Amino acid sequence: MTKKVLKTGDCITLGPRSVTKEEIIEFAEEFDPAPYHLDEEAAKASMLGGLSASGWHVCAMVMRMMCDAFILGSTSQGAPGVEYCRWKKPVHPGDTLSGETRVVSLRDSKSLPNIGISELEHTIYNQNGELVLEMKNFGYYALSES
Amino acid sequence: MDNLPPFLKPGFECEIGSYTFTKEVIIRFAEKFDPQDFHLSEETAKDSLFGKLCASGWHTTSIWMKMQREYAARTLQNYSDENFAKVELGPSPGFKDLRWMRPVFAGETVTYFNRNKEIRESASRPGTYILSVDHEAYTDHRKNELAMSFTGSVFIHLLPQEGEKA
Repeated sequence: MTKKVLKTGDCITLGPRSVTKEEIIEFAEEFDPAPYHLDEEAAKASMLGGLSASGWHVCAMVMRMMCDAFILGSTSQGAPGVEYCRWKKPVHPGDTLSGETRVVSLRDSKSLPNIGISELEHTIYNQNGELVLEMKNFGYYALSES
Repeated sequence: MDNLPPFLKPGFECEIGSYTFTKEVIIRFAEKFDPQDFHLSEETAKDSLFGKLCASGWHTTSIWMKMQREYAARTLQNYSDENFAKVELGPSPGFKDLRWMRPVFAGETVTYFNRNKEIRESASRPGTYILSVDHEAYTDHRKNELAMSFTGSVFIHLLPQEGEKA
């Protein structure tokens, strides 16, 4: 299998991915059953202004966009965490998400043998070019085949 | 603000709930959102850093949200009399310092805890408050096996009291 190798300064395109009402409600029913994630009318009266995806659903969709763009087929070994995540705009049914991952730095782990640590910044926009989510995290990847 | 329900005040600590991550739910979440080898099957997880099937980190945070919603729904009922401010919770502007310290393996039960940090009025939305909360998730609380932690934030909206004009 070809291993995708990241380089500092790389910008990787994420998406596009469209978001349906059905998947917004399905995720909300399972994990985040707030009225503004479940019901159009209740959502109109909320500060989100209309039916909107759970922020955790948006994170999960962005994870899938990253998997499809560069993680699957790489030597990814998971992630130790996320420095920050800001939900800047609601994601509504019919929205299309796209964006990019920027590789800020790459270094070898001091404590884990044969593991590298990537520092990644992610920005996600909707179809109107509005910033929906910004996030920074670190990822683990194997430095060579075991 | 003085009559906020106690569970929304700074310093309040509580256990919000527990959840068992079965192999089936781990794989179902991963197939949709995070289809990496170590989240998809015991077989494919063997060669990974984790060595065994484990939940996506976004699955452990999503279950926190589920536990939090259930906890808030139970708890708000206890403060429904006129001694406490009527409030609506959510959504959230974001989170920070999310750490996945150890994997949550198939079959493990995770217990979630909250500790309120501070509450402040939104600069851009007067009358709306933002509560920041430290969240922790343990696979075994007695042995201090911390699996996940983060600092979250939630909007709190004060609703008009009975008899007040909206």
